[in-house]
Amino acid sequence: MEWFHHQKSGIESAVRRDTPGDLWVKCENCKEIVYKSDWDQTLAVCPACGHHHRFAAREYAALLLDEGTFVEEDSTVAPADPLKFSAKKKYRDSVASAQKATGEKSAVLSGTGAMDGRPVSLAVMDFRFLGGSMGSAEGEKIARALLRGLDRRIPAIVVSASGGARMHEGTLSLMQMAKTSSIIGRMREVGVPYISVLTNPTTGGVTASFAMLGDAIIAEPGALIGFAGERVIRETIRQALPDGFQRAEFLLKHGFLDDVVARKDLKSWISRFIALLTDPVP
Amino acid sequence: MTMGKGAGLDFEQPVLALDRKIAEMRTLAMENGLDLESEISRLDKKREQLLAKSQQKMTAWNRVEIARRQGRPYALDHIQASFTDFVELHGDRTYSDDPAIVAGFARLDGIPVCIVAHQKGKDTRENIHRNFGMPHPEGYRKALRVMKLAERFGRPVICLVDTPGAFPGIGAEERGQAQAIAENILEMSLLKVPVVVAVLGEGASGGALGIGVGDRLLMFENSWYCVISPEGCAAILWGDRLKAQEVADHMKLTGRDLLELGLIDRVVDEPAGGAHWRPEAACASLKTALVSELRALCSVSVDELVRSRLERYARVGVFLEGTRRGP
Repeated sequence: MEWFHHQKSGIESAVRRDTPGDLWVKCENCKEIVYKSDWDQTLAVCPACGHHHRFAAREYAALLLDEGTFVEEDSTVAPADPLKFSAKKKYRDSVASAQKATGEKSAVLSGTGAMDGRPVSLAVMDFRFLGGSMGSAEGEKIARALLRGLDRRIPAIVVSASGGARMHEGTLSLMQMAKTSSIIGRMREVGVPYISVLTNPTTGGVTASFAMLGDAIIAEPGALIGFAGERVIRETIRQALPDGFQRAEFLLKHGFLDDVVARKDLKSWISRFIALLTDPVP
Repeated sequence: MTMGKGAGLDFEQPVLALDRKIAEMRTLAMENGLDLESEISRLDKKREQLLAKSQQKMTAWNRVEIARRQGRPYALDHIQASFTDFVELHGDRTYSDDPAIVAGFARLDGIPVCIVAHQKGKDTRENIHRNFGMPHPEGYRKALRVMKLAERFGRPVICLVDTPGAFPGIGAEERGQAQAIAENILEMSLLKVPVVVAVLGEGASGGALGIGVGDRLLMFENSWYCVISPEGCAAILWGDRLKAQEVADHMKLTGRDLLELGLIDRVVDEPAGGAHWRPEAACASLKTALVSELRALCSVSVDELVRSRLERYARVGVFLEGTRRGP
């Protein structure tokens, strides 16, 4: 699977290995060949077709926060193996290889920083780490990021990219949905803004908890967002799925997103919205 | 009273064979005026022993099979057997009514309560109507509407969970299945009345949790509750749905497993061999458990109730932190 492959740092494309050296990147969607330096400039968005390619958690932190302001928190929180779970591969080994491949301890990066000078709490899911799935460690990190927002009365932002709750931790993973959502409930009671940013893909138990609970919910163009997986739906109903089904634009049309926002505009959108909610009346 | 249901599960065949034999003897006795009572009671005893023995040897997969077995009491059976004055409320006031979720008010041991429950069908026709207990978003929204009503009038909420999952379909996605479940989870975590959740049969993932957040979590001994079904897990992690039996043992999804993990509060006993053999006994067993949990919760102040509920969910999870095992 794509996200198990070793990827070091910087902006990566799934097809980069097919191109000579690190000079070129090929768009997954329109196959356009793009200079790596241009690719970095466009934030891994294809300049020809606008397709948003995968972006690592640390890249989002750099994109959304003012330069040099990110302070990472809970960096040593990592998955345990409470069920001693083993599929084709031992869960423990899957975690170890994901840690080695990504250089991250878990599928969530979190911390605080400034957004146009305003302090915020940020958590970003990293799809490269076991498909961004949510186990106990990830649930705990999201929960703490939200709690930092609640306790310090600063806006919390979560950027999601996840296949859903992690199977290897069974019911413990499922309960992370309640753990994270309950804190958002408390934030609503006291009026601390929570912004949810959905990226490709955001599905399953993550969508059915904190990802769909933002005071504002925005998504990157073309992001796959849904509860059930496409294969499961097709096997259940045995009909063709409509064009653009479960894509960000589809959710916008059906009323479940506040807007679809290009990667380059995410920071300004969120920053403006937070100011509109929290700035004192002049 | 005994109930032989359908063809039965593989490991139930010896019991079903005895049932047939007992029935034959009864017919024989009646038609020929013979006294076979001592022989029949000997077989009855043997049958009870067989059931008790199968109970001890039950694997996690056997329990999953029993949880899904035809003849198992569903929510409306429990409501009919254990509650009085049931008034059902329909509709989410936004789009439609979802028969996969039953909601309303009734009395349990005299206490007025709100009930929210998944409902499966007993035959094909009923199952089409109930969508096999797989709710659409409007089912979750109806549940929330009724729970908020209960909150306004200070009525405790009882949730009966029994679903193979929230429905995976086009309409369900278009109308925000994930958003509906997410809002329920959030709202239930802060509901200012006691919430008791009991898993009757299947507790599949978000579809179960959407009416499953509460102060006390109970599970029947032959029920399962997990992030995904054993078949789903087998298909994704092994690429083979047929591995489900084996997978079920790894997933720690039965009541006893989850009690050991500290995720639930109580396992509700079933009659030997499973609730379907003696539904009325199973209903009575659940009723006793619900009443005792409810009475205990009703003496706790609302603030304390919500505080400890939030605490419960804040603590859930097992992870590493530095060299420490958390939380």
